[in-house]
Amino acid sequence: MSTATATAISYRQALALALKREMESDPSVFVFGLDVPDHKRIFGSTAGLLEEFGPDRCFGTPLSEEAMTGVALGAAIAGLRPVHVHIRADFMLLGMNQIINMVSNLRYMSGGKLRIPLVIRAIIGRGWGQSAQHSKSLHGVFAHIPGLKVVLPATPQDAYGLLRSAVRDDNPVIVLEHRWLYDVVGEVDETRAVPIGPPEVIRRGDAATVLCTSWMNIEALKAAEVLARRDVQLEIINVRTVTPLEKEPLVASVRKTGRCIVADYDWTFCGFSAELAAVISHDCFGSLKCPVERLGFASVPCPTTRPLENLYYSSAPDIIRSVERMLGLPEADLSGESFYSYEQRFKGPF
Amino acid sequence: MLQKSSGPISGLKKTAEKPSPFDRGEALSLYRKLWLARQAESSIRREYSKDEMKTPVHLGIGQEAIPVGVCHALPPGSKLFGTYRNHALYLAWTGDTDGFFGELYGRVTGPGKGKAGSMHIALPEKGLMATSAVVGTTIPVAVGMALAHQYQKRKDWVAVFFGDGAVEEGVFWESMNFACLHRLRILFVCEDNGLAIHTATAQRQGFRSISEILAGFRCQVMEGDGSDLVGVVERTRQLMRKMEEEGQPGFLHLSYFRFLEHVGPLEDFDKGYRRRPTAEEMERLDPVNHYEKWLLRQGVRAEELSVVQEEVRRQVDLSIQAAQAAPFPGPDELHTDLFA
Repeated sequence: MSTATATAISYRQALALALKREMESDPSVFVFGLDVPDHKRIFGSTAGLLEEFGPDRCFGTPLSEEAMTGVALGAAIAGLRPVHVHIRADFMLLGMNQIINMVSNLRYMSGGKLRIPLVIRAIIGRGWGQSAQHSKSLHGVFAHIPGLKVVLPATPQDAYGLLRSAVRDDNPVIVLEHRWLYDVVGEVDETRAVPIGPPEVIRRGDAATVLCTSWMNIEALKAAEVLARRDVQLEIINVRTVTPLEKEPLVASVRKTGRCIVADYDWTFCGFSAELAAVISHDCFGSLKCPVERLGFASVPCPTTRPLENLYYSSAPDIIRSVERMLGLPEADLSGESFYSYEQRFKGPF
Repeated sequence: MLQKSSGPISGLKKTAEKPSPFDRGEALSLYRKLWLARQAESSIRREYSKDEMKTPVHLGIGQEAIPVGVCHALPPGSKLFGTYRNHALYLAWTGDTDGFFGELYGRVTGPGKGKAGSMHIALPEKGLMATSAVVGTTIPVAVGMALAHQYQKRKDWVAVFFGDGAVEEGVFWESMNFACLHRLRILFVCEDNGLAIHTATAQRQGFRSISEILAGFRCQVMEGDGSDLVGVVERTRQLMRKMEEEGQPGFLHLSYFRFLEHVGPLEDFDKGYRRRPTAEEMERLDPVNHYEKWLLRQGVRAEELSVVQEEVRRQVDLSIQAAQAAPFPGPDELHTDLFA
């Protein structure tokens, strides 16, 4: 819904705008990482920052992910607010020693004396052969570690609001941005904050609740559109904060619908979908009409070749089939439907 | 083989006594800090078998002159980072024996309320920002603090202490590269005992000398004998002057002899990986002995040293008693301090 203060912009513009606003309002905010100030500007998400704030506050780095993560930590405990950017989440693995042995621990080990206002942004790649080393999300890995906050903005408003909240948070926050969402356009209301924590119900329905992360929100909306033609109404919740998890709205929804599908943008085994399924199974035990279903990546490294990659990812048809099974409906003919792909991405508006 | 690293350090040269760089008060205050580290760790060795101090202790007997000397050369307001062999660093920089023993005994009176223990003890409000039990991990964090100082246009110094094993970690080179690239005001202090746990330098390093490699970096490099307190202070001051002149980071390579096992309160010369030093070697490798001899040659009387020793012993004993009497953190402390 359009409001007086809202403008339709893309997810990438929303990210750049959030950084610009935070850098304007707080001189201790700086943005750095490999290729952050180059001509491509991290797919446009750091556009304009170098020109407006100069090379002291927007700069590139050597190929040294571990040290740069430590540098961000050191700058944070010195009172600055660094935003460290990785063009793929996979590259964060080079900084894991710092993230898991230092960033997540240091406040607790200091008896609460150190503040660590540190943001790590990373992009989740997909398609056109992104393959095994450019496609990971890893939010389940990070969420497993106490001391880290993890968010996955799904809409332009999320991108704007959650990134601003992350920069303002006095704790380490990992922001994981799906590359396909960068082109999505939606209303962004600059006056509307998106706090870290609360999920958002993005579609109301009564047949089943679909808990979604990141791109899976888009797939679930598509599935809901198809199912609505058969009078099956999905309730979709955008679980945009993984940790700290605010479970009450999820539980309330499943108590209402009695059915739950967790559509997570990650591997399922030992992943965030398992955590959500455990929470829902426990807290909604008496309301569930069937077991919680989980959808995610196939349990293999992401393959390069297209036919296998298509099988690797879960998408709207998988959600539709799950719902049909849960409701005892016959499988609908989906051959006439148009689903999203690398060539045919969702562009919004939300 | 004795593990005290190679280079110009081993085999102290007999040289004519130079004039003292310290006045009498300063010299004695340095002795107090040196003795405090030694006395605190001797007390840990005495008390450890009672199993009340439930924290792994990496004792630095033999190492003390390095943190004591470097801390003495650094101006107030400096920010420091260390390793798990951090007792002398903590005590030299903060003087806080109550907090120190509180932390080692796991009590709420420790600076980390017992959540840090020996291996991660720090006192950020006094500038000792962090110590860490994963080799090399505080190095980039210290670099980040130096970057922040540059950004904030502050002249404060940053010093990071690490062992010779840390230079084998990739993050050391990443950090050194970045610090040199940005001309950060940071002092890298390599406390070289020639051992990574039990593995000697010769079994680990495929290069002749770390200083030789760093000569190719935009960085000021200096080596010295880490068992010689006077030398450590002089070297550090000299290096800091060169860093200021050149606007470059500094790398201070100081060797020392680790008298005890890697972790724990005991000697381990019977384990076969190194030999026990001779009595004569012991004497010159022991920084306390070394400095006492120097003080006596400077005309300080033995009784003056005894007074310091006695005062420090009393302070340490009182702090141990206070720690033993202090409460453990309550159950509510388990979940506090995770997030701000």
